Amino acid sequence: MGNMATQTQFHVLAVDDSLIDRKLIERLLKTSSYQVTAVDSGSKALEFLGLNGENEDEERNSSVESVSAADEDHQVGVNLIITDYCMPGMTGYDLLRKIKQSSSFKDIPVVIMSSENIPSRINRCLEDGAEEFFLKPVKLSDVNKLRPHLMKGITTKTEMQSNTNKRKGSEEIQSPDRTRPRYNELEVV
Amino acid sequence: MQIVNYYPTVNLKPFSREKGEIKRNVKSEAEKPLCVWNPKPLKRVKPTNKKRLREREKTNPFSFLGQLIPLAKTGLPLWMLGLAADRLRADMNRLLSFLFHQGILDEQFLQLQQLQDETSPNFVSEVVNIYFHESEKLLRNLRSLLMDREFSDYNKMGIHLNQFMGSSSSIGAKRIRNVCLAFRAASDQNNRAGCLSALEVLEHEYCFLKNKLHELFQIQQQRVLAAGVRYPMQH
Repeated sequence: MGNMATQTQFHVLAVDDSLIDRKLIERLLKTSSYQVTAVDSGSKALEFLGLNGENEDEERNSSVESVSAADEDHQVGVNLIITDYCMPGMTGYDLLRKIKQSSSFKDIPVVIMSSENIPSRINRCLEDGAEEFFLKPVKLSDVNKLRPHLMKGITTKTEMQSNTNKRKGSEEIQSPDRTRPRYNELEVV
Repeated sequence: MQIVNYYPTVNLKPFSREKGEIKRNVKSEAEKPLCVWNPKPLKRVKPTNKKRLREREKTNPFSFLGQLIPLAKTGLPLWMLGLAADRLRADMNRLLSFLFHQGILDEQFLQLQQLQDETSPNFVSEVVNIYFHESEKLLRNLRSLLMDREFSDYNKMGIHLNQFMGSSSSIGAKRIRNVCLAFRAASDQNNRAGCLSALEVLEHEYCFLKNKLHELFQIQQQRVLAAGVRYPMQH
């Protein structure tokens, strides 16, 4: 279906108020063959995800499938969110909390970046659901640590989708999309 | 296209003057024209005098070639253009070594360079130019805050300072970042005089870095041009 066709790459949402850091993280992610969307604030990130507050009910009704790459309705598929901690308005920590509180997005891995090495801050973020905490300046070696988190998300989705496919019958499995790149061949693009 | 002779500034004796128009070109760096290699076959040169040849060979670093290749009328042999590229690369490496050795730049700058490739050939200069643009704004803000007689909002200043510190560390500007740390320490103690002197050092360091990076980018541009002339022109 559209699911497998549209997602041949991981899509990462990067949030940082500094233009330089946005450029840097964008380049780091693109070098690692990820699709990147960079926004400059937490509120824009939520807007991008379609999580404006008024959409909450719709999202709760749809199943976990909507979290995947399926470009259903207003939602865009995001596989990972990487955000700066110190931002005016909504901090990275606030954004993390909002994501984890949302039913449809709580499964998206979130990574926090900060230029300050404050252990209490790091621990609080990790306890509240952040997968990783990177110290700035971010390097390629840090970005390489993202891959296992992304792969984990995909295998879960593939399992769920194969379950739904079984329910829907065999026509889907025999669709011509079988020749297209699948989830486990992620280096395609 | 104008074709001129290009004489690199390496320690070479002048070539043979047998065939007229061989000029010694000792122009300054900025004026050095580019040359185009004229793809005529090079003629073998007979040394006119064995004694002269022996003398030349003593000083000629290319004597291993066995004979002197004359400077062609309309261009340079291809291998001479290689010298220009080599010299530029040496200049670039020297400048980078200096910057790293003095602690002006650190390995984050190397990370930026690693991220530059064919798909993003101007990444470093793009990011650095953004940095310059932002930094100048931030430095101006810091100065106007501190020069204000009724200055008291250290928090507001701290925001600008943190931004500047963050972008400097993302670029790999180690020395600037360290001065920012000292500035922040003074700011934490509400020490206005300390902040002012830190700001002066910061402005000085920033100017220095900007000049050096401009120099670096200029060398890189020249390298691109030098690489461009390796290919024969069509008339």
